[in-house]
Amino acid sequence: MIGDLGRRALLRTLRQPANVVPVIFFPMILVAINSAGLDAASELPGFPADSYLDFVIAVPFIQGGLFAMLNAGTDLATDIESGFMRRLALTPVSGTALLLGQVAGVVALSFLAAVAYLVIGFIAGVTVASGPAGVVALVVLAVGIGLMFGSIGAYVGLRSGSPQTVQGFFPLFFVLLFLSSANLPRDLIEQDWFATVAGLNPVSYLIEGLRSLVITGWDPAALWPAVAILVVGTLIGGTLAARAMRTNLVRT
Amino acid sequence: MSLAPPGIEVVDLQRTFKSLRAVDGISFAIEPGEIFGFLGPNGAGKSTTVLMLTTLLPPTGGRATVAGFDVASQGPDVRRHIGAALQEAALDPLLTGREHLRLQASLQGLGKPARDTRSAELLERVGLTEAADRRVGGYSGGMKRRLDLALALVHEPTILFLDEPTTGLDPQSRADLWEEVSRLAREQGVTVFLTTQYLEEADQLADRIAIISKGRIVAEGTPDALKGEIGRPSLEVVPAVAADRDRLAAVLGEFGAPTAGPPGAAAVRLEAGADGLAQVVRRLDAEGIALQTFDLHAPTLDDVYLAKTGERLTEAADDGAPVAGAAG
Repeated sequence: MIGDLGRRALLRTLRQPANVVPVIFFPMILVAINSAGLDAASELPGFPADSYLDFVIAVPFIQGGLFAMLNAGTDLATDIESGFMRRLALTPVSGTALLLGQVAGVVALSFLAAVAYLVIGFIAGVTVASGPAGVVALVVLAVGIGLMFGSIGAYVGLRSGSPQTVQGFFPLFFVLLFLSSANLPRDLIEQDWFATVAGLNPVSYLIEGLRSLVITGWDPAALWPAVAILVVGTLIGGTLAARAMRTNLVRT
Repeated sequence: MSLAPPGIEVVDLQRTFKSLRAVDGISFAIEPGEIFGFLGPNGAGKSTTVLMLTTLLPPTGGRATVAGFDVASQGPDVRRHIGAALQEAALDPLLTGREHLRLQASLQGLGKPARDTRSAELLERVGLTEAADRRVGGYSGGMKRRLDLALALVHEPTILFLDEPTTGLDPQSRADLWEEVSRLAREQGVTVFLTTQYLEEADQLADRIAIISKGRIVAEGTPDALKGEIGRPSLEVVPAVAADRDRLAAVLGEFGAPTAGPPGAAAVRLEAGADGLAQVVRRLDAEGIALQTFDLHAPTLDDVYLAKTGERLTEAADDGAPVAGAAG
């Protein structure tokens, strides 16, 4: 049942090129632009990688998560707006299964996107310091990021019932990405306010966890905060989304 | 003792939204296998009633049982026995018709082989086999409604709720849907609760009708019995010269009570029935009133609605949606 709902969510996304292209290509275009324009940054004293491409390849994983959030939220809000949710409410399926089905689709897309980022990255010359197991860990983290952002998107979609509201939230989360250590290590950010914000921003720790697998190897000090943020973020997002689903799925 | 599954029983059902009484203490009973028409204009309380009976909205008063189960306290049992096509055909434009049916079958707990068999069977029944693998976004309104009906039938419900199933459909699509609904009731004994604002639909399709206005049932019975209550036909006359209208109305008033007619016409419900027509013609001739049109109408459900509420259903429809005239 959850598999069929997940399949529907994935099919919906794959059948809308406007939803797939941004997930795969937009992040990689940004990587290409940044790695070309900011390559000189890798010459800075204390820069942690020899190649800016290795440094910045972690960023698309977060962008993919943000698109997962957008897709999950928009799809659920559209289901509410169109009345499809009522159709689902008339079946014996539980609210939890509905939510898991939607998020399963997002997770599948996150998996496909992560594989695409890595393949394109390898072709462009990315090397993963943590080896093949690190590549698997990157994909697992990408799926976790999709799950966390997807559950937050699901909450916003279910709470608002409006695809437009979900789309309105998207830029707010995108700002979090730019106010993080996405483009420079935190210790090389000279602007105090920016360094402070990046230090408080959970997205910095997600990126640094992913990045450590690419440029450092297995670094528990970088990995554990990322894992902890994913677990806590998913629990909070999932709990809120489950509550919002119960509110929406009114039936006696 | 009857072995047929129970139908629907509603006793003093109410639903209030803050200060608005959307459904104000309605009661009726529907026998198994019956097609029950719930007729009324937009905003009368039809869809609110359907939502309560399909367990999607808790009542704020009264009680209702569907298939023998209480809608307020036995929701899952009710849902197992019902199918519903709600007001808008809520379909996913990105999925095909077959994918919709397979998903619905999966959510209703059918095994994988049964899903494919049932989907193919229903697609055939509603005439969508050829379009089965096309995305629903490209379907016409009639095709969407037929798919909606097929989705409601996936788990072989004994009671079917259809909320304005033909609104916006062309006459052919409407007739096709009527035929399918009739067949379901006739051949499979499915109980059908049908809301509509189309007089003709209620008249032709329903075994019995309840007319709802402002949250209350104002009339209930078979279409023929309801029209029989009105009994007398109405006469609508348009004078050749508009200035003669008041004089015409005065003459017609001698033969019955005034009633609503089309613009420019004077209309009365004839006290003496059709037998009094000759007298009317002679009186108008004697008065020298030239006529443009002279129409005798048998009682319609709109007349029933007018008699019970003081307004025509066509006028009560608050969104300007077309209301087809009743036959006979």
